[in-house]
Amino acid sequence: MCGTQERGTDKRFVEEIDYGTPAVRSDKTVTLTIDGQSVTVPEGTSIMRAAREAGIAVPKLCANDMVKSFGSCRLCLVEIEGKGGTPASCTTPAMDGISVNTQTDRLNTIRRGVMELYMSDHPEDCAACAAGDCEMANMAETVGLKQNRYGDEGANHLEPSPIGEHGVNFKELDVSNPYFAYDPSKCIVCSLCVRACEEQQGTFALTVEGRGFESRITAGMDEPFLQSECVSCGACVQACPTGALQEKSIIEMGMPDRSAVTTCAYCGVGCSFKAEMKGEEVVRMVPYKDGKANRGHSCVKGRFAYGYATHRDRILNPMIREKITDPWREVSWEEVYAHIGSEIGRIQKKYGRGSVGGITSSRCTNEETYLVQKLVRQVFGNNNVDTCARVCHSPTGYGLKTTFGTSAGTQDFDSVEHSDVVLVIGANPTDGHPVFASRLKKRLREGAKLIVLDPRRIDLVRTPHVEASYHLPLKPGTNVAVLTALAHVIVSEGLFDEAFIRERCDWDEFQDWASFVLQPENSPEAVEKMSGVSAELIRGAARLYATGGNGAIYYGLGVTEHSQGSTTVMAIANLAMATGNIGRPGVGVNPLRGQNNVQGSCDMGSFPHEMPGYRHISEDATRAIYESLWGVKLDNEPGLRIPNMLDAAVDGSFKALYVQGEDILQSDPNTHHVAAGLEAMECVIVHDLFLNETANYAHVFLPGSTFLEKDGTFTNAERRINRVRKVMEPKNGYADWEVTQDMARALGQNWNYTHPSEIMAEIAATTPSFAGVTYELLEKEGSVQWPCNEKAPTGTPVMHIDGFVRGKGKFVRTAYVATDEKVGPRFPLLLTTGRILSQYNVGAQTRRTENVVWHDEDLLEIHPFDAENRGIREGDWVKLKSRSGETSLRATITERVAPGVVYTTFHHPATQANVVTTEYSDWATNCPEYKVTAVQVSPSNGPTEWQEDYEEHARQSRRIVHVEAAE
Amino acid sequence: MSHDEKFKSGDEHLVYMANQIATFFTSQPEAERAAGVADHINKFWEPRMRGRLFEIIEMGGDGLSPLVLEASQTINRPKAA
Ligand code: SF4
Ligand code: SF4
Ligand code: FES
Repeated sequence: MCGTQERGTDKRFVEEIDYGTPAVRSDKTVTLTIDGQSVTVPEGTSIMRAAREAGIAVPKLCANDMVKSFGSCRLCLVEIEGKGGTPASCTTPAMDGISVNTQTDRLNTIRRGVMELYMSDHPEDCAACAAGDCEMANMAETVGLKQNRYGDEGANHLEPSPIGEHGVNFKELDVSNPYFAYDPSKCIVCSLCVRACEEQQGTFALTVEGRGFESRITAGMDEPFLQSECVSCGACVQACPTGALQEKSIIEMGMPDRSAVTTCAYCGVGCSFKAEMKGEEVVRMVPYKDGKANRGHSCVKGRFAYGYATHRDRILNPMIREKITDPWREVSWEEVYAHIGSEIGRIQKKYGRGSVGGITSSRCTNEETYLVQKLVRQVFGNNNVDTCARVCHSPTGYGLKTTFGTSAGTQDFDSVEHSDVVLVIGANPTDGHPVFASRLKKRLREGAKLIVLDPRRIDLVRTPHVEASYHLPLKPGTNVAVLTALAHVIVSEGLFDEAFIRERCDWDEFQDWASFVLQPENSPEAVEKMSGVSAELIRGAARLYATGGNGAIYYGLGVTEHSQGSTTVMAIANLAMATGNIGRPGVGVNPLRGQNNVQGSCDMGSFPHEMPGYRHISEDATRAIYESLWGVKLDNEPGLRIPNMLDAAVDGSFKALYVQGEDILQSDPNTHHVAAGLEAMECVIVHDLFLNETANYAHVFLPGSTFLEKDGTFTNAERRINRVRKVMEPKNGYADWEVTQDMARALGQNWNYTHPSEIMAEIAATTPSFAGVTYELLEKEGSVQWPCNEKAPTGTPVMHIDGFVRGKGKFVRTAYVATDEKVGPRFPLLLTTGRILSQYNVGAQTRRTENVVWHDEDLLEIHPFDAENRGIREGDWVKLKSRSGETSLRATITERVAPGVVYTTFHHPATQANVVTTEYSDWATNCPEYKVTAVQVSPSNGPTEWQEDYEEHARQSRRIVHVEAAE
Repeated sequence: MSHDEKFKSGDEHLVYMANQIATFFTSQPEAERAAGVADHINKFWEPRMRGRLFEIIEMGGDGLSPLVLEASQTINRPKAA
């Protein structure tokens, strides 16, 4: 329902206008008169939209500005002077010089008649009407309908009464989806939901079943929503003008009493939402149309999966224990800070300044991340700070910085609307970045071409009305070989853009690179042998990308999480430069970031070698800025990265770690190694919402706060800085930035921030690419993309327009080096890992919501051939073993994976997929090689001994002794 | 390398990482190779790691690629702690 509902100028609500039909882009304009007012709009705009732009709201039921109009309800009729009839304003384009009337007696009579018919088949006790969440009641009032002459006798869709004959067409309520209900008796078959599912979401799950009066909307093959292909994005619920499709939370809690715009805390798309609140509770999250990343769309996580914020597992008090085998003891905030102060002091005195460090979070705000790295640099006095981006996108940082000069995607999401060929590499957008996927699919349905490079046949390869022109199902670990072979074709067939290269890049470097890619070992025929992709496919894909118009590359963790991750990123950059696909809308190189604030945490100086804004710690001028502001001398040597910290801990020189909002035990490779490192430390401080897996090895637990409980900013994959707004008080008492600040105070620094906007002011004052960012600007613009400074006062949607940030774009030779993780007789299969739509990262949040109905365990995908060889049937427990370790999970048999390849997700701690992954990592950044592990799969009876031991250990280490309740 | 070893010990891992870096720069133009390795290690390796690398080199540099040994001329020696 009604994103369409307008609440006028009520200050408690965020105002959104529904213009009735989507905006039209056109260079030409037309001018017409509506109810005596002159209006100018782009050619092709509907009369309905033109009227709304002039402030005139034409009554309507079957139109909204997110989907194409359909013209079925006949409520929006208007009169055009000099023309007969009453055309529907939603389907009739505005024309130059016409004069339109939207309010006449004739129109009012027709509209009342239409509403009367609708209302006769609308339940009198419609809860949504009563709540003010049903457009039907609104419209009835708007058109002045007072009585219903038809009554509810006769054929209708209402619930049968025990005595009457009504309801011959009655259909049961569908409550199968955990988040919304479908009540067919309220459906008016306006098809808004069908259009939303097709046009906005691109899933095509809904159809109109039956004809005429009998028709109704159904999901899938007339199935319950949950069983259909519905992905629960909520677009149809949003579009439904009646209470037919409605959030269960509204049915249970009633309507909100205020709303505020904030940013989703799940993935790197960074969708804007209106958090609709009733008191201290979220009633629902509604995607915000002015959100520039999502333009009013959302996915199941951001829209519905916020229940973890109030889950009973949340820890709300600080806790301490001496040994990790002890139960936790709740303590006061004073006591916990005093304890941290004395422990860090003791450890640094005994083992040296470099014996402590911190890990920043990609889930926390920019301001919070900035403070954690400041704590490490200013207060701990070293550079031992790292972030979980280490395990996902650090190669993006290295690769794009080397070739282009800055560590970020080049485009905004709107850019995809101008792409002609889209190359998706090692990413699964429909699951990992669903809202971007919907925008991409829309463009593909309009005719853009798609090339997919992925070992798996991801959904995008073939979905309703979308089919990839090329799918290159390469063997895991051979990205560099295949990308270099694409370059080989482009150079050998002369498909490169010489003018662009001569102007923007170093011509000598290009020639060196060109002679490298032309070497015979980089030819498609040679690469076919190692990658398993036919030379023909490689040639076809290369030609299409180089010659198909605007070519855009989107890539994900399937690129970065390899021993050649950084090399792969540079190979991608080479391709874009060679074909001139950089520096304008529709092209570019775009990393799809995993977590909501991966971009931001990298920007904020979370890496041990870099200050905020990607400035190396050895640059004296940069250090000087912070030294004068912070009043300390900064170490000019790079610090330890996460894997190095763990190595140093095992060696005995690293003893204390502050981990904010990350679960390194579950997200980092080789669980045994991480556990050994953590076990060797004397003070592990975990700051999180829940007792996560890392907390099993912690000595201090600081309760964290959710994104609903604090102010701040997140930066999404398009470098867009979005506001996060506090809509409720932190249940644990303090936002995360306040806790870090109090730690710094306990360690003797007098930090005094009273609001995150003051932290942003410090970031802007010290970081050139953020110089123009203020909370006032964000209030005014909604969001901005960095760089935002004097040269770009409202930010930078597309980068490298007139030249590269580093000056000349740099071509780098990218020789393929096979990973040392090789299959052999003992481990003959290649395991690769990924994620699915309804769950997020290690699942700590999503597992604590109803989203588990879609994914209650991790499954191993295996090809029928490999399964049969091993006597494995669908749903069997199997043992997955690598040289690092073994785990058990259930198998599912599918041809999505090629023979020789198996695949699983890592959302559930019981699976511990990372017990199996190895310590191999990217040569440049130590980003772990999650995407390639040699394994064997064999039938098994259930969980391994290690899994059972671990469960027991986890249970033991989660014991809490509660303090006496204060009287 | 055999396939059933567990993860590498500290020194072995350090040597492995240095060699991985050398492998990348081996494919780069001649003049950039040793300098590239040294620059990379100076930029990204914490002093403890560089210190240990020098100790390994002084003990004979077992297992280190020749390019790492060449690069060590220009790898910064960590200041005494
Ligand atoms: S929730 Fe989304 S996917 Fe499901 S039917 Fe509605 S629009 Fe389609
Ligand atoms: S998880 Fe990602 S795509 Fe889904 S609503 Fe949140 S930001 Fe948008
Ligand atoms: S809104 Fe135009 S016909 Fe329904």
